[in-house]
Amino acid sequence: MILAAAQTNPGFLSPSGVGVAFLLVGLVTLGAAIVSVTTKQLVHAALWLVVALGGLAVEYLLLTAEFIAWVQVLIYVGSVVVLLLFGLMLTKAPIGRSPDADSANRPVALAVALAAAAALVWVVVDAFSTTWIKLDGPAQGSTGVTGEILFRHWVLPFEALSVLLLAALVGAIVLSRKKPEGERD
Amino acid sequence: MHLAYPAVLAALLFCVGLYGVLARRNAILVLMSVELMLNAVNLNLVAFDVWLRDALHAGQALTLFTIAIAAAEIGIGLAIVLMVHRNRGTSDVDRLRDTAEPRQGAGAPDESTDSTGEHPGEKAEAAA
Repeated sequence: MILAAAQTNPGFLSPSGVGVAFLLVGLVTLGAAIVSVTTKQLVHAALWLVVALGGLAVEYLLLTAEFIAWVQVLIYVGSVVVLLLFGLMLTKAPIGRSPDADSANRPVALAVALAAAAALVWVVVDAFSTTWIKLDGPAQGSTGVTGEILFRHWVLPFEALSVLLLAALVGAIVLSRKKPEGERD
Repeated sequence: MHLAYPAVLAALLFCVGLYGVLARRNAILVLMSVELMLNAVNLNLVAFDVWLRDALHAGQALTLFTIAIAAAEIGIGLAIVLMVHRNRGTSDVDRLRDTAEPRQGAGAPDESTDSTGEHPGEKAEAAA
């Protein structure tokens, strides 16, 4: 069975062009994410987050999930990062290097993250070392397919989600509204 | 393409986000790290959806739902952080320890100036 799998699957050391592109963009994404969580300049962290999220959008495109990629660009890069930058400005974040960006339990956090990374990567590589994604054939996530599936099989969760978004909108407005003077907050 | 590529990338991104959540002091940077963790989950969902050739496209539908919920979460989270910053003058998660047990001896000196509500009464109670 392993022999048959080896015959039908491409070799481990001869990745396809898509695989190489995925690997390179993945390295850029991971590097941007690491810089984003370690840099001492708060605004730069948000800007490196743009690079990481954009790289993930390219990964979605490489995985033929076209609609998800554009939603990622629109919502994450377009609105979430802008919201984060607004939040940084409204909380009067220092512009230059701020030495207290990291808390005191940084070594513990590093140890926990490294242990989790080692365990997860070991398990994942062990589990999926002989599986390949077949990317040829019809695209799995073109916009037409996604729209059809979303409004045929996933209508009820979709509508529930719109109610949730409305509730979040109202909640954010209520939370950030300035209270009248006499009221104790 | 090998399935291990997206799976390993998602695992590493998740761990980077985990490190950020644990190590950052500013609440907005913690929110950024949470976004990284959510994105790692999204990458996993998309990769496994494409691998399994799911007829219902469950992975992609769930990815869209996760993105929408992440947008709602960041809106609410930023509203809470802004309110905390307006009331306390800081958004450092290390200094928001009103519900923590008081340390042995006197607490940190900035706590009694920051909080106006419970601490004086608590100290009077401890002194009495």
